[in-house]
Amino acid sequence: MENIIQLRSVNKWFGEFHVLKDINFSVSEKEKVVICGPSGSGKSTLIRCINRLEEHQKGSIIVDGMTLDENTKNISAIRSEVGMVFQQFNLFPHLSILENCTLAQIWVKKKTKNESEKLAMDYLRKVQIDDQALKFPGQLSGGQQQRAAIARALCMEPKIMLFDEPTSALDPEMIKEVLDVMVDLAKGGMTMCVVTHEMGFAKEVADRVVFMDEGNIVEEKKTSDFFENPENERTKLFLSQIL
Amino acid sequence: MRSLNFIKTRFFSSPIDAFLTLSISYLIYLTIPPFINWVLIDATFYGETKKDCIDGGACWVFIKIWFTKLLYGLYPSEEIWRINFAFAILIISIVIYKYLNQKLKKYLFLFLVIPFPIFSLVLFSGGVFGLSPVDTREWGGLFLTLVISIFAIIFCFPIGILLAMGRRSNLPVIKYFSIGFIEFWRGVPLITVLFMAGVMFPLLLPSGTNLDKLVRVIIAITLFEAAYMAEVVRGGLQAVGRGQYDASKAIGMGYWKSHIFIILPQALKLVIPGIANTFIALFKDTPLVFVVGLLEILGMVNLAKTNPYWLGMATEGYVFVAFVYWIFCFAMSRYSLSIEKKLKITN
Amino acid sequence: MSFLQNKIEKFDQYLSDHPKVKFFLPQALLVVFLFIIIGYLSFNASSNLAARGIDTGFSFLNKKASFDIQFSMIEFDSSMTYGRAYLVGLLNTILVSVIGIIFATIIGFFFGILRLSTNPLASGLATCYIETLRNISLLLQIFFWYFAVLRLLPSAENSLVLFNFVYANIKGIYIPRFVWTNLSFFIYGIIFTIFFIIIFNKYASILREKTGKHLPKFLISIGLLIIIPSFVVLTFGVSLEFSHPKLEVNMGISNYIGGVSIIPELIALAFALSLYTSTFIAENVRAGILGIDKGQKEAAASIGLTKTQILKLIVIPQALRIIIPPTTNQYLNLTKNSSLAAAIAYPDIVLVFAGTALMQTGRAIEIVTITMLTYLTLSILISIFMNWYNKKVALTEK
Repeated sequence: MENIIQLRSVNKWFGEFHVLKDINFSVSEKEKVVICGPSGSGKSTLIRCINRLEEHQKGSIIVDGMTLDENTKNISAIRSEVGMVFQQFNLFPHLSILENCTLAQIWVKKKTKNESEKLAMDYLRKVQIDDQALKFPGQLSGGQQQRAAIARALCMEPKIMLFDEPTSALDPEMIKEVLDVMVDLAKGGMTMCVVTHEMGFAKEVADRVVFMDEGNIVEEKKTSDFFENPENERTKLFLSQIL
Repeated sequence: MRSLNFIKTRFFSSPIDAFLTLSISYLIYLTIPPFINWVLIDATFYGETKKDCIDGGACWVFIKIWFTKLLYGLYPSEEIWRINFAFAILIISIVIYKYLNQKLKKYLFLFLVIPFPIFSLVLFSGGVFGLSPVDTREWGGLFLTLVISIFAIIFCFPIGILLAMGRRSNLPVIKYFSIGFIEFWRGVPLITVLFMAGVMFPLLLPSGTNLDKLVRVIIAITLFEAAYMAEVVRGGLQAVGRGQYDASKAIGMGYWKSHIFIILPQALKLVIPGIANTFIALFKDTPLVFVVGLLEILGMVNLAKTNPYWLGMATEGYVFVAFVYWIFCFAMSRYSLSIEKKLKITN
Repeated sequence: MSFLQNKIEKFDQYLSDHPKVKFFLPQALLVVFLFIIIGYLSFNASSNLAARGIDTGFSFLNKKASFDIQFSMIEFDSSMTYGRAYLVGLLNTILVSVIGIIFATIIGFFFGILRLSTNPLASGLATCYIETLRNISLLLQIFFWYFAVLRLLPSAENSLVLFNFVYANIKGIYIPRFVWTNLSFFIYGIIFTIFFIIIFNKYASILREKTGKHLPKFLISIGLLIIIPSFVVLTFGVSLEFSHPKLEVNMGISNYIGGVSIIPELIALAFALSLYTSTFIAENVRAGILGIDKGQKEAAASIGLTKTQILKLIVIPQALRIIIPPTTNQYLNLTKNSSLAAAIAYPDIVLVFAGTALMQTGRAIEIVTITMLTYLTLSILISIFMNWYNKKVALTEK
């Protein structure tokens, strides 16, 4: 299978702090990868580098055949192929849910209003909040907001979806509704990179689990192997704490 | 190499940045050296008259000669010790305040708010205990600025609290009276309020009574500032939150008891920065008392610059007063910012 | 303390036992109190006025004012009424407020954005500017510009000439007056252009919604704004000449005649008001921009919007929501502060009406009341707008 995301010895510093140390990492098409690790291990930075919300300083990142570096002119082309879901939802509070979903279609993909609204409603239906389309983000619960954020990303019809701790900011009773949407998405064949601590989700859908600590990929295994016989001490410790 | 890189990223990271850096540097080059020359290098500090001053530099002799008047107005020079004495007590109290325990702090605070102002007023105006009387017409300068702003802020405080509570009351007459009162004073400029104090108040009092001009001004400013204070306090009352009201009701406290002992102390603590800002605004507004003929520090400069021996000293005078205002206001706003930050951390 | 506490407790207890007393007593007391105060004051006022032989009422507004006003936007001379003088003052107040508001906004936005610059020199300059000017009494700033800076200008004979058409001297600043031929055609042309641009922009939006085609709205609008008026000028023979101010000596006093003169009082006042208020607006702008979560920009970038689009569609609309309410408040403050005009004799409503007219008629109560009500009306109008705006914003947000 072809690698849709390819990172080769990627390094990144925040000032003096070395966040990513020689990361080699790849994702093939339709693969679902879960990235976990203690906080500050660099996992969020890693996926933020994939759509260049963060710039890496050394190494190479290739996404869908396009190399990400300072010379990249078509950043927004890459970004519209890579959807991203944030921990804090980041819906636009001054736009309705529907407008949140049509904004980029209209301004980036230059679609008509009708077309983009139709597509937006399709995805809102898929995440089961089509009845909330005309409301504003502030009127929705956290779980509904996160589902709307997923729909917003899907409206760009991306090839890859990145999730940055999508359930960490949610109340426990809302986590499931978001995870259900993500499971459906996975079953539909989307390529996914998910930073999460939800090990149940990892077991259910992930093909592969990556464990990061202090800027390194410490362990990287098929899901069943990862949970049944982790090798590294730090992975074992982490799993014992989180499970 | 590293510092060169630092300069490049901080000062020349984009064409706009480079343009800003260059044009601001040029602006600084154009303004700062001449200003420093004027204020310090070419300035005259020694001398007694305007003739001692050299052209092209500031004539600080002007400030030196008029210094006492700028601070105390026309207050008789042999009585100035009274003002110094009162302000010395005030400053010492503020300095030792920090080092006292809770109980003493409370007493000192009460002393500063109630007996001390009365004591100082008696001291300043004299006429008792063998102190010769000093007419308020002779009060002026920075002394008058401080008297007006400090007294107005102390008096407007209780009225402001009552108005804030009134505005939140569910008794319609009280509520709408408070709203009307607050919005009226907030809607008019201070200068018209002072006009009112100057020309309208005397008509509203029984004929024959002659209320002192300074008293009229302080009453007018107090009413004006009370409206602003009320809005500041109301913000605090709102921020205290429903929970505190419910909790005090649950333990059987009535309206007044819960307000005096639970809610107001918390609310007032929250709005200390707001109170400080109100005080700064009031302090900056005091020069307006010129409309009724009172001369605080800026008024004294205007008087001094029209003195035939000292014509052409406007700039020196204004720069000096600006410096005084700036020191006071900047210090107070920094103080209120630091409290604001502290409050944010504790919440 | 416990004694006091006890008393308050008993008082509270009494109130809660007698809900009717609790409801009616304080209100009745307030009403009675107000009645007594108002009655007392009006009794004093009427007996004072009677004693001084001043009659009351607003009839004086129709009487001849018999004073001159140095600067007026409408025709005024000493044969006109006090009512007219009031109008002159009001218009002058509005004039300086509008000028002040426009410049304060521009300067405020400039320094607010500059303060957020990553360039330490730029942000330092902005900080210095803001912290210096906001901490100095406004009246002092007005005096400074009027007495210290504008007084440094030369006499009329030695006027400072800028760009060959602006003449600055101690009596004011003089600029050429526009002399138009066929001005009405030009005005119609401009109105037509504006109308046309609005229609075009609507059309462009509809086109975008219907077909997804994006027209360069801004560029085309600018183009239209240049092309149509120039066409009008060329075909209808509109022409513009300048009547330059000329130095004339009359009875030994030289002065500029013929141009538009801007009196130094207006300049000093507008200058001080805009600079002082701009520092507060700058802080609002800074707070508005900082108030937008970093995540908003990231989310917008992650769905492929470009930097300009993020600014236009995400940052500015949200920042304005935070900036506009406190800034409207500053506009209100500026309007009220324009009353300091009286200090340097700019003929605003306070100087003309509460000053000169009051001095001449002695109608303190009527005149102070009218002046206060005028400001109150301005304030209420602005706050009605603000409430309307806040409600609109609140509706779309919640």
